[in-house]
Amino acid sequence: MTQVSMTVNGKAVSGVVEGRTLLVDFLRGNLRLTGTHVGCDTSQCGACVVHVDGRAVKACTMFALEAEGAQVRTIEGMANADGSLGVIQQAFQDHHGLQCGFCTPGMVMSAAALLKDNPRPTEAEVRAHLEGNICRCTGYHNIVKAIMAASGQDVAAIAAE
Amino acid sequence: MPKDSNVGASPKRREDIRFLTGRGKYTDDIQIAGQAHAVFVRSQVAHGAIRSIDTSAAKDMPGVLAIFTGADFADVGGNPAGWLINSRDGTPMKEPKRPVLAHGKVRHVGDAYAAVIAETADQARDAAEAIVADIEELPAVVNMAQALSGSTYVHDEIGTNQCFDWGWIEDNRAATDAAIKGAAHVTTLDLVNNRLVPNAMEPRASTGDYDPGTGEYTLHTTSQNPHLTRLLIAAFVLGIPENKLRVIAPDVGGGFGSKIYHYGEEALVLAAARRLGRPVRWTASRSESFLTDAHGRDHVTRIELATDKDGHFLAFRTETMANVGAYLSNFATVTPTFLHGTLMAGNYTVPHVYVNVKAVFTNTAPVDAYRGAGRPEATFSLERVIDKCARELGIDPIELRRRNFVKPDQYPFTSAAGLQYDSGNYDALMDKLEELADRNGFAARRSASEAKGLLRGFGVNSYIEACGIAPSNLVGILGARVGLYDAATVRVNATGSLAVMVGAHSHGQGHETVFPQIVADMLGIDPASIEIVHGDTARIPFGMGTYGSRSLAVCGSAVVRATEKIIAKGKKIAAHMLEAAEGDIEFAEGRFGVAGTDKGVSFGEVAFKAYVPHNFPHEALEPGLEETAFYDPANFTYPSGAYACEVEVDPETGKVTIDRFVAVDDFGNVMNPMVVTGQVHGGLGQGIGQALLENTTYDANGQLITASYMDYAMPRADDLPFYTVDHSCVTPCTHNPLGVKGCGEAGAIGSPPTIVNAVIDALQSGGKPVTHIDMPLSPARVWAAMNA
Ligand code: FES
Ligand code: FES
Repeated sequence: MTQVSMTVNGKAVSGVVEGRTLLVDFLRGNLRLTGTHVGCDTSQCGACVVHVDGRAVKACTMFALEAEGAQVRTIEGMANADGSLGVIQQAFQDHHGLQCGFCTPGMVMSAAALLKDNPRPTEAEVRAHLEGNICRCTGYHNIVKAIMAASGQDVAAIAAE
Repeated sequence: MPKDSNVGASPKRREDIRFLTGRGKYTDDIQIAGQAHAVFVRSQVAHGAIRSIDTSAAKDMPGVLAIFTGADFADVGGNPAGWLINSRDGTPMKEPKRPVLAHGKVRHVGDAYAAVIAETADQARDAAEAIVADIEELPAVVNMAQALSGSTYVHDEIGTNQCFDWGWIEDNRAATDAAIKGAAHVTTLDLVNNRLVPNAMEPRASTGDYDPGTGEYTLHTTSQNPHLTRLLIAAFVLGIPENKLRVIAPDVGGGFGSKIYHYGEEALVLAAARRLGRPVRWTASRSESFLTDAHGRDHVTRIELATDKDGHFLAFRTETMANVGAYLSNFATVTPTFLHGTLMAGNYTVPHVYVNVKAVFTNTAPVDAYRGAGRPEATFSLERVIDKCARELGIDPIELRRRNFVKPDQYPFTSAAGLQYDSGNYDALMDKLEELADRNGFAARRSASEAKGLLRGFGVNSYIEACGIAPSNLVGILGARVGLYDAATVRVNATGSLAVMVGAHSHGQGHETVFPQIVADMLGIDPASIEIVHGDTARIPFGMGTYGSRSLAVCGSAVVRATEKIIAKGKKIAAHMLEAAEGDIEFAEGRFGVAGTDKGVSFGEVAFKAYVPHNFPHEALEPGLEETAFYDPANFTYPSGAYACEVEVDPETGKVTIDRFVAVDDFGNVMNPMVVTGQVHGGLGQGIGQALLENTTYDANGQLITASYMDYAMPRADDLPFYTVDHSCVTPCTHNPLGVKGCGEAGAIGSPPTIVNAVIDALQSGGKPVTHIDMPLSPARVWAAMNA
């Protein structure tokens, strides 16, 4: 068992973990930040996406110890300082980009990473970027629409209420 | 226009706030002090005789608290089938016991035969690997035809792999045969409805707890219907009193059918919690989900369509083998029968329909209802054979359908498969479809595709489904072992806020937003003052849960009935307050008034008075304002629709790309268009997945080849297009108070044949004589068909 320390959503945290403890299990189990989800065991669903030092990372593919000293951001850290929804979160609500909500934290974190690098992505770019995030509920239509809206694009022309 | 929050408007979903901020509470998110962890030991072989299980090394490993094997549950009950099907000869279906843990034999890869409980999940996993089982591998029964003809049995005690041989309607068989024999034209199609894994993104999870002080069990579990789960565990499996078992299904990350059923893991964590005196939790890995969640579809079918020379339908005859897997899951027997056979007249006035279904045990995971459940299979068979027939007869596929549609003046219409459709207008749907799909522009788009070296096809289909499951009277006659009503309690608090306890369970459907719209409209109050409570047997009256597009049609109707009772009680209280006759009280816009006067009291004042009844006439007027209603539907509801898509096929590679997809549905009245549209999108995603990508493959030894997201092709964002969705063609349901029909499954029902029809159209336009390709239409399959 080893001590690990990192900054999560701006707060210094530490814990004692095994070498095999995954970052996602540290976040969920030790820190009780259960917004980051586990949807698979082959690193493909993206339900576990968090940001580590500003990069989107699948928290199921990283050991907690590898995040020693890192700046980690999870879905719990995405709202505005006053507690209101951040731009991407708000766009997901406005455009019904979630149903059961299980894939949603990963989707929001992936979308945030995309918009940081590419502030006005095309539909094709959004879809390609979401290759590593699986949603079973929405058929993706409203997720793609929400992300494009969050980037400030006019999505009124895209079909659907 | 409706007010922002009322019925017919699309207020934003209130549940989204917690999901978007990481504060949803799914089963695995809930930790209980003192919890231990369960890990299951699962069969690596599809079929084997358990000779011995040696747990001696495992039980002394660090952290291990207990080990269970099948022997521990030999004396408790099995997980039952919810629907009795009789064979054509009148004999009842075969119902082998489905134990908590496999005992004697393992019957599919993933069949659990032991479980380890330890302090941590890792310790439990380590110990599970130290269990040594001597399992003699037996030949696996995988292929359905071989299962029926061979002499290796999944369940030796029943001496056959055939669960039942069902005919619908048996008395129609001879007339159907005669109609086909005498017909001017008969189109025959052999097809496979590919096996799918539902793949809700939240894996199944359960935590059992036991309180020795009260003798009460609590189960947190990923369920679409906690009361049904309670009934199955209490009355059938563990034999504990229902009042001593509380089942909580908190936030649930999708279900699509797979979380309707009771699974052995739920019983195990409860039994273990009792033995250890500690909470015991388990969460499936995705691999376990692939191996053990109930799968969907898996039919092998021959369908024949007889017509006269002008394409008027004379008869449909269907022969299907339906895989039920190794054990009967709770609704495995109704899905390929009544949810499939009764829909085999489609939207058509065909006079003769006969369906034969043989259900087959195999050494594969159980198969049960998956989004659409039987109706996608029916629609696929019908709409594919109709399309083939149109090509054979040289009649436009839309015209052929229109020629046979039930017409608007024919309702109520009794179909040749025995259902009574209450309302619909299939021509209007088709009109809307032709407009939105811009059929007139297709020729130009085809030319443009051809100029790029691509083949373009147009595919169409119409569907009808039976939702709002289900009238208890009818399903009782047909073999259901439960009633299929639902229930709601409306509790008005003294200060005027409301809690509405509903039997439906929301795992993505938006009930927390939509049900308040309905109640707020009826009571003339702010929906924000209404809380929806669901998913906890201790907090809701009763409920059969959410599946079969039933939440609004059945539970929503119960909500309406309970709210009507609130208004009726409110009138009594208002009459007392206003010193008027009860019959003179009118209720509108949140106010109880005396007819013909300006005297009145608000809803809030009445609520307050109900709980501060200082001068109520004793006995004549009860305090309180809380009402419960159970609602049992009079009939199924019958959503219908017309779908079209255009595909481009690359003749070099066989790759199919969907260029546009239009779904036009009649769901009856629409409460929240945003949510309804979202439901259609989701169904389309799954239906397109079935048509182009998804397939569940077992090899000849019964090994699941597609057991992870590396091998099972889930639809990703870049596989799917934007969809055009319309639900403006409305024929209200005639028998429920909201006039609603249900929208949850439509997309998954209507889309697969649409896509296959479009691909066949594309290939034939390129001169390829291809009449059918089995799903999924992967590049390899399409290319092979083109180059056969
Ligand atoms: S849980 Fe990390 S990708 Fe699926
Ligand atoms: S909203 Fe349910 S998986 Fe995406």
